[in-house]
Formats: sequence, C-alpha cells, structure tokens
Amino acid sequence: MSEDFIVPEKSGAEILIDTLIEQGVDTVFGYPGGAVLPIYDALFQHKKIRHVLVRHEAGAAHAAEGYARSTGKPGVVLVTSGPGATNAVTGIADAFMDSIPLIVLTGQVATNLIGSDAFQEADTVGITRHCSKHNYLVKDPADLASTVREAFAIATKGRPGPVVIDIPKNVQVATTSTHVKRATSSRFNPAGEADYAEINRAVELLANAKAPILYTGGGIINSGSDASAALRELAELCGAPVTSTLMGLGAYPASGDAWLGMLGMHGTYEANMAMNQCDVMLCLGARFDDRVTGRLDAFSPDSIKIHIDIDRSSINKTVRVDLPIVADVGAAIRQMIEVWKGRKYKAAALDDWWARIKGWRAVDCLSYPGSTQEIMPQYAIERLFAATKDKSPIITTEVGQHQMWAAQHFHFDAPNKWLTSGGLGTMGYGLPAAVGAQMGNPDALVIDIAGEASIQMNIQEMATATQYRLPVKVFILNNEWMGMVRQWQELTYESRFSESYSDSLPDFVALAEAYGWKGIRCSDPAKLDDAIAEMLAYDGPVMFDCRVHKTSNCFPMIPSGAAHTDMILHSDEVSGTMDDEAKALV
Amino acid sequence: MHIKQELTERHVLTLTVDNEAGTLARIAGMFTSRGYNIDSLTVADISEDHTTSRITIVTRGPPPVIDQIIAQCERLIPVHKVTDLTEAGPHVERELALVKVRGTGDQRVEAMRLADIYRARVIDATVNSFIFEITGGPDKIDTFVALMREVGLVEVGRTGIVGLMRGAEGS
Ligand SMILES: Cc1ncc(C[n+]2csc(CCOP(=O)(O)OP(=O)(O)O)c2C)c(N)n1
Ligand SMILES: [Mg+2]
Repeated sequence: MSEDFIVPEKSGAEILIDTLIEQGVDTVFGYPGGAVLPIYDALFQHKKIRHVLVRHEAGAAHAAEGYARSTGKPGVVLVTSGPGATNAVTGIADAFMDSIPLIVLTGQVATNLIGSDAFQEADTVGITRHCSKHNYLVKDPADLASTVREAFAIATKGRPGPVVIDIPKNVQVATTSTHVKRATSSRFNPAGEADYAEINRAVELLANAKAPILYTGGGIINSGSDASAALRELAELCGAPVTSTLMGLGAYPASGDAWLGMLGMHGTYEANMAMNQCDVMLCLGARFDDRVTGRLDAFSPDSIKIHIDIDRSSINKTVRVDLPIVADVGAAIRQMIEVWKGRKYKAAALDDWWARIKGWRAVDCLSYPGSTQEIMPQYAIERLFAATKDKSPIITTEVGQHQMWAAQHFHFDAPNKWLTSGGLGTMGYGLPAAVGAQMGNPDALVIDIAGEASIQMNIQEMATATQYRLPVKVFILNNEWMGMVRQWQELTYESRFSESYSDSLPDFVALAEAYGWKGIRCSDPAKLDDAIAEMLAYDGPVMFDCRVHKTSNCFPMIPSGAAHTDMILHSDEVSGTMDDEAKALV
Repeated sequence: MHIKQELTERHVLTLTVDNEAGTLARIAGMFTSRGYNIDSLTVADISEDHTTSRITIVTRGPPPVIDQIIAQCERLIPVHKVTDLTEAGPHVERELALVKVRGTGDQRVEAMRLADIYRARVIDATVNSFIFEITGGPDKIDTFVALMREVGLVEVGRTGIVGLMRGAEGS
C-alpha cells in the first residue's frame, strides 16, 4: 500500500520542525518540559519558526486560537506531556466547539514507558479523543512527516478543528532515513460544491419568499473572506434581512442596510422576531445552537428552512429542515449567486416584510438607562467602538455580560475581527487570544473586552505580552460581580447571590504596572472618552479598569427554554423565579 | 420535574473503518460521550492487506437520533462508510452463542432434545454437562437461552451481531 521515501538520516524532532516549516508554520505557542526537550533543542537551531513562550499551556492553546481566527491560518501549540497536555485541554475543547484549526503537539513519555504510570505520563490521546477533530500517537519517527501533513489537512479542511499529535520522547530522539507514505485515498474528503439541483431549489424558494431571512454563522468566516464577500452579494441580490450568530459577526457588515443584529438569547428584538415570523429561512454555516433557537417547538414555526453546512452532522441535529445541503458554504453561496443571475431572478417585493421589521426595530431593544454619575457598561462599549472603529480593531472577549454587551454594541464590518469563545464559553480566553491575534497581526489594534472575574483566569499571559512587546489593550468592564451569574441568580433564584461576588479584587492598575504595562482607571462617564484616548495613544500594553454600574443586566434576553417571542426587554419584566424545567436548562 | 423517555427503534449499522490503533475507542467512546446506546458491537479485520475493519453496531434510538448517530460516525476520520442495514432493506443478521448447561437424567435428555430442535451443535460434553454452539438471529438465540435456563444453564457467551445486505450488491 505505501511506498516509502528514502531521505537523509534525521531525528524525529528535526523531521517535525522540517515538516512544520514545509507546512508554512512561522509561529508556535508553547511551553517546554522534559518530554519535549528534543523538540525545543531542534527549535533552537531553526530560526525560521518564532516560538512564543506563554505562561500557562491553556494560554498557548487560546493564543493559537486567536492567531488562527484572526489570520485564517492554523494555530500551532507545543506542550510537554502530562500536566502540559492536560493544561492545554480546555483550549483544545474550545477550538473543537468553535471549529478553529489547531495543531497541538504534545510530548509523551518514551514508548516503552507508556502505560507504566511513568513520571508526567497522561493518556493524552485518550483525554483528547472526544474534544479534538482527530488525534494521533506517533510511535515511529518514519511516520512523523506524513502524520503532520495529514494533521494539517484534517485541521484546516472541511469543518476546521484541533488535531492533537502526541509524540513520545524516544520518537523525537530516534533517527530514521525513511518516511512512510500514508494512503490518504478516501480517508478524508470534505464536502465542496453543492449539488445544482439543490441550489436551484434553494434559489427558487428564496426568490419567491415574502418574508425571507439569512441566518448566518461562523461557518462563513471559516470558509474564508471570499465567503463573506459572496454573502454580501447574495443579500444584495435577494434583498433579505441578515442576522448572525455570535460566531458569525463580521461576515455581513453591521453597517449594511440589511443587518438586523445578532440573534439568539441576547440577540436583538428585530432579529429574533424576524426569525420567528419569516417564511423562508436560509441558514448559512450556523448550527441551530440552543442559545439561538430558544424553545425548540416554538422556533420559527411556519418557515421553510434551508440549511447549508459543510458538516452533515450539524444538519437536522436539533431542528428538522426542509432542504438540507451539505457543502462548503462559500462555494454554495457563489453557486446561488450564479443561478440567481443566470435565471435573471428579481428580488421579490419585500416592502411589507421590511415594514414589519421597521416596527420591530422601533422597539429600540438595545436602549438602556443612561447615567451621568456612573459609567453604564453598554455606554463604555459604545464609546470604545466610537473611538476605535476607524482603526478596524480586532476584538477578543472573555465570557459573561461584557461579552454579550460587546456583541450587541460593538459593530463589525469585516470577518476575522471578532474572537470570542462561543461554544464552550471559556472564561480566560480573551487575553491569550489577544496575544495570539497580535502576534499574527503586528500592526493591528487588538483589544480584549474583559470582565474583572474572567481576566483573572489567564492573567499570567500579561507577561507574555510584555516579553514580546505586544501592545494589546485589556478593557475590563469591572462591575465587581460575575455579572452573568448574578443576572441569572436575580432572574431565576430570587436574587440569592450565591458566590457570585468578585471579592478581593486586585488593584488592576498596580497589577498592570507590576507586569510592565500601563494601567488606567476610570469611573466617571465624563472622563471616559479621554481615558480611552489615553489608552489608544499608548504604544504598549494597557490594562484599563473601567468601573461600571455594578448591577446592570444584559437585555434583551430570551430566558433559557423560552420562545423567541417571549423576550425580556427590560428589567421591570423580570419575575425572579423559574420553574424546574427552565432551571434544568443551562 | 421528571426525566422524559422517548420511543426508540432498533437499527443495525455497519461501518467500514481504518484498522488502526484507537479506532474502536473513538467509535465506542463517541457513543458514550453523546449518550447513544450500544446493544452490541463486533469488529474484525476484513481486508487482505489488514488495513480495513468492519464494525457492526446494534443501536437504539428515536429516528432523528439514529440519523445523528450515522452522521456523527461519518464525521470520524477513520470511518469510511456507514450503512444502516435496517433502513437499507432486506438483510441478514447472525450471531453465535456458546451455551453451557449442567444436569443429569431427564434434564440432560431435555437439553439435548431442545438443542436438536434449535439446531445447536454439541461442542463439549462431560457426564453432567454440555456446551452447545448455536448461530442464528438474535431472537432465536434469546429463546434458546431462555429454554436452557429451565434445564440447568451455567453460562452463555455471545458474539454480538454481524450483518450483510441480501442480494448480489455490497453495502
Ligand atoms: C472557565 C469558566 N468557569 C465558569 C464559567 C461560568 N461563568 C459564565 S459567565 C461567569 C461570570 C463572568 O464574570 P466576569 O468576567 O466579571 O464578567 P461579567 O459577566 O461580570 O461581565 C461565569 C462564572 C465559565 N463560563 N467559564
Ligand atoms: Mg464582572
């Protein structure tokens, strides 16, 4: 089956580095340890790969995610065996949920020691089996090159995801002059173009719809910038409104006329109402996540649903659709445009539909009570957006209310600018992701919009930014609470605030200075613009402690288990209790 | 609040997979991690060059879940092909069981007589025991084992089901 290549005698570690270079890798995020010393020694000899020394392996994985999401290239992680690998697991699981291409190289104890509970041995392949797209344990250096090549193909093609390669120490040291060729034949064949019969049908449905909607997701971003461009053209041709999941923000410009804002649990009233009332829903690279659908039996009850996704298992998983199309979403949108133009379809008269949307927009669901005494968190995001929008910043976030406020009040006109942990919802993602994004985009303005609780989960990565002179900005909406937890407790548990207060907070300004960063604190709305300007003017990393109103809640909100039409728009509609069925939902 | 149960269907799936380390763990683990049922699972190398194995899984679930199970199997890199024999049409299912019974006198005679009716072969015998080998569909084996319980069953070993489509075509 396999024809082996004869090559000059090299060690496993050297073969690994050579193959990484061959795959176009220029940056690796990692942390050394006993089981990867041979690889670190080989890296030392090669100046073609920049190694970014993080301060915790979770940071390495999230940094690689940030690098990947912002550049479109796979992120590469290098960690040692045992604790190095287990520390990286959260980032691997995060990348798996959000379809981020990663190559995670883990050291392992020597093959003869595997299974003996050796020092720093962990069953990395077993632990990561169900949170990676694929994984390998390489037992022979002759297999390394072909394994790494296949891993890059698997990580980046089809629905992207993390691939783990576990490399025992003796395999890194041993030398070989043969490379085993892998029979890749039918092993991995991601979907490409869609079937034209299906595309014709989809175009026909869209062209004849009276109340169509485009429901877009992260798949469009993963498909590449061409897909975003095609989406804009399709929206223009058909005249339908566009909404997006959290992961898809930026694929369609927020400044575009057809933009309804994000949908789902903290989405806009107009997006959720339009989803509920539409007659044809075209879902492009999204997956009907529970955060998006709300109560399933009340989800868009009367619409014909078309779903285009590269992953067949995402189709009909939670919501039954009428026209499933397994294809690369970018290719499929281009095919739709081609058919639309070829058959000279005209955008249907959608005036009535847009009139209804205008009515929903008039609700002004993102409005919030103003204050001259305190900085409202939504106001802080608005001012940050106003001050930075011309610089086309890359925004990362942590997880919580600040993340949702950023999604609502910061607006994105381009893909790959919005980096957030959607599927896993990992606190501590934002700072390392910002480090990774800044490595991949040295000239970009990179801002982590953070919460005071989340930022402490990977705060050690401040040192990484200092070491590599990365001018990242961390903008903390400091409400002194795990705000999202506090909000749920207020809404669901009659305000019994169990363990959700952020006690004993560090002095973030002093902390910033201790790491060699600039620290800024602001609590006065009148001084906010100047303080933001000061942050932006500083040519280095800044931690901004923005003291905001402490008990604001994030609205609109569809309580878990409720229908799109049961949105809570303001705090006065909140009852403070929920039945057990609702409490059982996450 | 109570946990709801749904009506389920039994399906026999066959998977053609790469014969490499971890493939079985990946598939079996995917079933557990996503909460799918496995009634039985068999696996063996089936290709001349030992690169391919065939796995037969008997699973159970509501139709949309069966559809998800197939899609999730197909998503795994070492899985080349998944066939739902139950959906695909006429097929055969066979299982082999070894059944040990102990007894003397009438009990022993009765065990022999039943084995004869069910076309089970004796593959081991002592003065007070037999091991029968029986193949057939799962229902036949269930019934036979139930009968043997009446006449001195000691233990049973079953292979789990293998299945193929009827007719000349491969799946
Ligand atoms: C690693 C991890 N642990 C716990 C949670 C649950 N969780 C979600 S939001 C949140 C509070 C976040 O607080 P903060 O960072 O201050 O953000 P805020 O909601 O106040 O804006 C918690 C604990 C999580 N998402 N991730
Ligand atoms: Mg907070």
